[in-house]
Amino acid sequence: MKKWTKETTAPVERRWEEFYRNRFQHDKRVRTTHGVNCTGSCSWEVFVKDGIVTWELQATDYPTLEDGLPPYEPRGCQRGISFSWYLYSPIRVKYPYARGKLLDLWREARQAHADPVEAWQSIVNDPLKRTAFQQARGKGGFRRVRWDEALEIISASVIHTVKQHGPDRVIGFSPIPAMSQVSYASGSRFLSLLGGVVMSFYDWYCDLPPASPEVWGEQTDVHESADWYNSRFIAVVGANLNMTRTPDTHFISEVRHAGAKLTVFSPDFSQVAKYADYWIPVNPGQDTAYWMAVNHVLLKEFYVDRQVPYFVEYLKQYTDMPFLIQIDESEAGAKPGRYLRANQLPVYRDIENGDWKLLVWDARSGEPRMPQGTIGFRWAKQEQGKWNLQMRDPLTAEDLSPELSFAGAPDDIHLVEFDDFAEGKTIKRGVPVRYVQTEQGRVMVTTVFDLLMAQFGVPRGLPGEYAAGYDEDAPYTPAWQEKYTGIHRDTLLRFAREWGENAEKTNGKNLIIIGAGANHWYHNNLLYRSGIVALMLTGSVGVNGGGLAHYVGQEKLANQASWSAVAFAQDWGKVPRQQNTPSFHYVHSDQWRYERGYTAYDCFPEQDDRKTREHTIDMQVRAVRRGWLPFFPQFDRSSLEVAKDAAASGAATDSEMIAYVAGKLKNGELGFAVEDPDAPQNWPRVWFIWRGNAIGTSAKGHEFFLRHYLGTHNNAIAPEMAEGYTNEIVYHEQAPEGKLDLVVDMNFRMDTSALYSDIVLPAATWYEKDDLNTTDLHSYINPMQAAVAPAWESKSDWDIYKAIAQKVSELAKIHLPDPMRDVVMLPLQHDTPDELAQPSVLDWKTGEVDAVPGKSMPKFRVITRDYAHLYEQMTSLGCEVEKNGVSAHGLNISIGDEYRRLVQRQPRSVNGQVLPSLFEAREVAEVILALDPVSNGELAFRAFEAEEHKTGLDLSDLADGLRDVRYSFADIIAQPRRVLTTPTWSAVINKGRAYTPYSMNVERLIPWRTLTGRQHFYLDHEGYLDWGEHLPTYKPRPDHLMLDETQESLAEVKEGLLWSKMLNLITPHGKWSIHSTYSENNRMMTLSRGGYPIWLNDKDAAELFIDDNDWVEVFNDNGVFVQRAIVSSRIPPGTVFIYHATERTVGIPISPQRGKRAGMNNSLTRVRLKPVLMSGGYAQFTYAFNYWGPTGVNRDTYVFVRRIDKPDY
Amino acid sequence: MNVRAHMSMLFHLDKCIGCHTCSVACKNLWTDRRGAEYMWWNNVETRPGTGYPTQWENQQRFSGGWEWDGKTLRLKLHSKLSGLMKLFYNPALPEMDDYYEPFTFRYQDLFNAPAGDDQPTAIPVSMITGEPIDIKSGPNWDDDLGGSNIYAWNDPNMAELPDVVRQQMMELERVVFNYLPRICNHCLNPACVAACPSGAIYKRAEDGIVLVNENKCRAWRMCVAACPYKKVYYNWSTGKSEKCILCFPRLETGQAPACAHSCVGRIRYMGVLLYDAERIPQSVMVPDEQLIEAHRSVILDPFDPEVLSAARTNGIEESWINAAQNSPAYKFVKIWGLALPLHPEYRTMAMMYYIPPLSPVVSVVEEDLVRLDLSPDRRDFELFDRLDAARLPVMYLASLFSAGNEAVIRGILRKLLAVRTYMRRKTVDGVVDNQTLALLAEAGTYPAEVEAIYRLTTLPTMPERFAIPQYHRETALESWKDPLAHKGDSGFGYVQAPLRGE
Repeated sequence: MKKWTKETTAPVERRWEEFYRNRFQHDKRVRTTHGVNCTGSCSWEVFVKDGIVTWELQATDYPTLEDGLPPYEPRGCQRGISFSWYLYSPIRVKYPYARGKLLDLWREARQAHADPVEAWQSIVNDPLKRTAFQQARGKGGFRRVRWDEALEIISASVIHTVKQHGPDRVIGFSPIPAMSQVSYASGSRFLSLLGGVVMSFYDWYCDLPPASPEVWGEQTDVHESADWYNSRFIAVVGANLNMTRTPDTHFISEVRHAGAKLTVFSPDFSQVAKYADYWIPVNPGQDTAYWMAVNHVLLKEFYVDRQVPYFVEYLKQYTDMPFLIQIDESEAGAKPGRYLRANQLPVYRDIENGDWKLLVWDARSGEPRMPQGTIGFRWAKQEQGKWNLQMRDPLTAEDLSPELSFAGAPDDIHLVEFDDFAEGKTIKRGVPVRYVQTEQGRVMVTTVFDLLMAQFGVPRGLPGEYAAGYDEDAPYTPAWQEKYTGIHRDTLLRFAREWGENAEKTNGKNLIIIGAGANHWYHNNLLYRSGIVALMLTGSVGVNGGGLAHYVGQEKLANQASWSAVAFAQDWGKVPRQQNTPSFHYVHSDQWRYERGYTAYDCFPEQDDRKTREHTIDMQVRAVRRGWLPFFPQFDRSSLEVAKDAAASGAATDSEMIAYVAGKLKNGELGFAVEDPDAPQNWPRVWFIWRGNAIGTSAKGHEFFLRHYLGTHNNAIAPEMAEGYTNEIVYHEQAPEGKLDLVVDMNFRMDTSALYSDIVLPAATWYEKDDLNTTDLHSYINPMQAAVAPAWESKSDWDIYKAIAQKVSELAKIHLPDPMRDVVMLPLQHDTPDELAQPSVLDWKTGEVDAVPGKSMPKFRVITRDYAHLYEQMTSLGCEVEKNGVSAHGLNISIGDEYRRLVQRQPRSVNGQVLPSLFEAREVAEVILALDPVSNGELAFRAFEAEEHKTGLDLSDLADGLRDVRYSFADIIAQPRRVLTTPTWSAVINKGRAYTPYSMNVERLIPWRTLTGRQHFYLDHEGYLDWGEHLPTYKPRPDHLMLDETQESLAEVKEGLLWSKMLNLITPHGKWSIHSTYSENNRMMTLSRGGYPIWLNDKDAAELFIDDNDWVEVFNDNGVFVQRAIVSSRIPPGTVFIYHATERTVGIPISPQRGKRAGMNNSLTRVRLKPVLMSGGYAQFTYAFNYWGPTGVNRDTYVFVRRIDKPDY
Repeated sequence: MNVRAHMSMLFHLDKCIGCHTCSVACKNLWTDRRGAEYMWWNNVETRPGTGYPTQWENQQRFSGGWEWDGKTLRLKLHSKLSGLMKLFYNPALPEMDDYYEPFTFRYQDLFNAPAGDDQPTAIPVSMITGEPIDIKSGPNWDDDLGGSNIYAWNDPNMAELPDVVRQQMMELERVVFNYLPRICNHCLNPACVAACPSGAIYKRAEDGIVLVNENKCRAWRMCVAACPYKKVYYNWSTGKSEKCILCFPRLETGQAPACAHSCVGRIRYMGVLLYDAERIPQSVMVPDEQLIEAHRSVILDPFDPEVLSAARTNGIEESWINAAQNSPAYKFVKIWGLALPLHPEYRTMAMMYYIPPLSPVVSVVEEDLVRLDLSPDRRDFELFDRLDAARLPVMYLASLFSAGNEAVIRGILRKLLAVRTYMRRKTVDGVVDNQTLALLAEAGTYPAEVEAIYRLTTLPTMPERFAIPQYHRETALESWKDPLAHKGDSGFGYVQAPLRGE
């Protein structure tokens, strides 16, 4: 055989190798990251050559965690590494653009009007002109404009709107601030100074898991991915880690080799299933049934057949299981009711917050006793320092020994009714009860544990309809679940036993990793709760390697305390108008008009007849009226005018003004805008979109957005159905089309939102600006840095909003020269004493209770707006923050000394005062780092001191050694820095320990922010009792007949004899888009199918004569989508997958059926709200932004699918 | 003994996410230019699947690699047709349809479309012709397509499977997929080098990297046909062949290749292997079932004094010897016997290695209910005793990595499961019982080895994964230029890309 090798010592021929060496040489490498949507927070190095960004590779210098954990490096996926394509790509927005039709009208108006505001007014107040440019939206005709012209149009429209309609008609949407905190804050700060509306994203994306606030009083708190490695039994439920958690997945593959078992639950053989020991293809959306039966087995085998001391002690200390529940008896039967309140007992009658302190049955004294730690202690004014999880009587300081069950020694066994929603009936099961003498007489009580045993039908020899064994088909046995899940009982039993045994042996190292496949269903809160029950029953929450790890577009803005002060202009004493977006779009985009409301698709107890002629919109209106949810615009007239009227009527102080407003609302002279959203005075008018795709991938019910917001073409054919079903709302015969005057998009790419906007401003990419980036997937703070200047005419978000603010201030000097007062309406707020506002649900409108702001109705705050100085406020840190400190989780942290240090380090003169500058994005980043406990150890120490004061516990040792730590922007450029342990989060992470949520609660006895201060199995808010969701339960999925989105399409199918089939549309997160980059990146398009494939099961496809790569039309009453098919048996029959985040901009043909350009994945969806999630003013059911409220569910969607010939573009 | 050093990469397929970060890292760095659009020096294939280019393993069609008839070893390409004739017409060459027509979109139409009565869209166009295109294929067309009756079914490795197993793999009971990342194998017996009429391809003595000299290449494209892995690509713009260079500019500066560096699944390892060049001929001329053993026998023990002495005689530097001794590749390939070359039956002696993956247990469907096919005795990781109940058939893996030798695959999978069992006993039960020790023995291993495998599989830092020796570029340079002069000159030369017909 020949010799192939060539020696280095025969080198002349090898000089050509310089060819490749030259390519690799580069001029500069810069640490940065990717800044929206993706929660990876990966540290990247961007390589610059000849002043051009040429490629990127991961930085690999993360500080390591404790020994025995795999390192984090490298982090960064195929999407992140493709990002450099965007900088110089043909889809890059290089210049400002405006729609030609609008531009012509504007230039004409500017000829006629010297004043820009008057010019704008002349256009939007002329219905013909307004309609003309609205109808041109999305239909091409963009023209390049100069920055100053674009800024003038925008600013004129803002000033006009503030003057004519009020500031809360100016809205803004931008998602996931954690990923580029300064960029998000640019717009939110501008809007908060203006009095505009900042719209939520986490709940709208349906990424907020409502079960988390329900059970833990926490938005979401999850494990950093390294902590997965501490687990020994992992269930992945509806989360495709390979797709969505790409840089973290190695911990899953690795922990298997450390001895962990992995079970994957997904209806398709997903990418993560390849790692599984067991792949269990539960039918789509039916995981609740599975976990209910798992819990049945756990309760039977680990609590009845034998007891595991670790489990029992865990339940007593950390959950509501031993708390007493009153059984309510009526003629209809006995039902579980409210927690027994401490002040119902004579001995506790006069204690502070007695409605909010609860009881357990103490085994030692043999009587109901009040332990510390319930929410009444949290907000105590008189006796503080008793809000902790010591199982102790605060009055006597005696240790209590709570009884978990009365089964051993009941006063009685009572038949109690439980709901079986699957069968639509009630079941009576015997429950051990005891009798208690209360102020109201003798009441029957039991424990949460005993109710749970009955709810799950676990046989304990009690009377009633208990299942005889696992093989009986009764709720919630292993046999029962088969018909919903499609999983054999043997498999379930095997899983449940292994689950319990693993937790028993490891003290709770059981982990559920859960995601969109579970959270995007209508009854997602029940699904999550069913899994959380299995975690709490095995003592797995708050244990490293155990608990619920929810990863769906979740964000963790680690520097929450300091950031929110900057982002919402609290430094200038502003109170932001924060809107829950699901409610906003449901109402304003008129999607409520196309349905019969929740009675068509939700479930409530069988005998309940109160709710048969009500509509979701009614619940929405009541939720606003009661102060449960925010809503903007808030009034049916400008809030500035209301303030003026109040002043004119003689109201001088803030409280007088508020009393005036409450009085006007009560007597009906002032209306809530939500009561008449289709009236022109209540429309949103100007919409800012930045860092997001609000009209595209973030628009559930996209086609209704086009119709009602934009007033342009759309493909919806759904009939209106709400008429006659509503009670609380003004119904207009004709729905308005084109509510918005102006849509402004700031973008680096021409995406769907940009394409439909009136003005597109060129934004810097993530390699062209400075910013901060954090995540919950790891515990480091990463910088974003400009590797090159913003290309062409683009600007960073911070600089764009600065420019708008400057122009707005300039016009305000003429139109709104003087400071003016604004009345801001707010819902009752989480983590404030508002959590004690409403012990029961009463409506002031019907006279059930007095209209008291902040108690039975929304709160109002009077704010001063200074539009002429908005720009100065925007660019400097106001001194309210110096006075008031920063806050998070109800803790207040003083920062005055740090503020003064910032004045020295980055001074800016503002109207004669020297303040910390916020002029440059990097200065904003420095402020965020300097003023937060996660990056400033002295502040972490102060936060612990504040927590000590509330809890009476010793905690500040957790900040030992941290007080000198203070990260600057230069530090995080040098190397990612790990966040510090602080009580603004829930984990102890000192010494490289992996972040696991609630470990601080478990180890240091800090209560959860809930009613009992413990984790909740039981929810006694009246709404939950009404809806039968007080106990973990199973509710069936809404079917297509309930959803009213296929009947017109069915007619099309019948008339046209179209060979099609109805399938359930699933929109999982995709492999080639969303995270880090977007879907039209040509690199990603090349590695996939050059489009947005429609995935079908092979048998469904065969029935429809669809071959792989055939063109397919997917349609329902909401809209239509046309792309090519992929056929595989890995997709479950009866479903169609379209990976989330398609764009209408790339390769979308004309729909043969509807005759117009086909839409996108969101063309097929529509938002439906779950009323029980609107509950408010009650412990953990109290509103916070992106924290609580109904979510934008989208997976209960049905479509028709058919093959088509190659369509036209 | 002729001791040589080789830089080898190792892919732990059990950890592969299939994310293609590696592919993009490579593309950004090396093939993001005209003529190279369709080149994916690093690609990732979903398996079962047809791969890229389509069905590259079908050597009936492509005639890649070597043939051994029991006596002599010949290029398969040359046995079909004389080499000279093929210079002008080569039916074994893959065509554009075997790859794909690179495409983009008319994104600029979104900005430029005049006002109309419907929304504009960016239509797909060919990157070659600029004309509108109907997209029909791509470099990763069957991504994640387990259970496809087109792509999975037509995987050449499926051909040997029993019909019943193949059928099951198209159904829920056994649907499965895994990933196969591929770069150039930088073979010890490279068919591309042997086939090049211009002598333009060579293997670097210091690290074994196989390169196409862009100055000498004369566009005969015999390498493209001869490479059984289809990892040499023809640049239609420059008229030269190009291939994976194992990122030698990065290796020479102590950095892992971009694909390995960017591997976010942490599946890749780099290390030096010492081998005996004299043994190459005899180890490729053995029957299929002996190929793995023969391949392993070429790799030398870097602690053996005889080997070290011979290595030093051959001028192998100390840094390379140290790297060979710390080489994760050596451990996985030789000591633990867990890693295998891809398609050893091509007899090119591929020097990149794969650890075969585990897969979930199969299911049975009974009256529409899915039931895991588990034995009732509830043993952890019971596939140890029932490898045929794993979704990925052993025979399929054997077709990829052991020339059909199933025993080799079974041994590896059982060893991986033994590691998991041992670690579970240790970390969950707190004790490793005798039954587990017996299981280890059955898998041919023992606690210390299991612990070492565990650590290198899950906990390695980057320096542990990439044991890259220091290159001595100054000594390589000085044979033609004073390094001090080069220090000042470097980079001043006029850089010119090779051009077609040069």
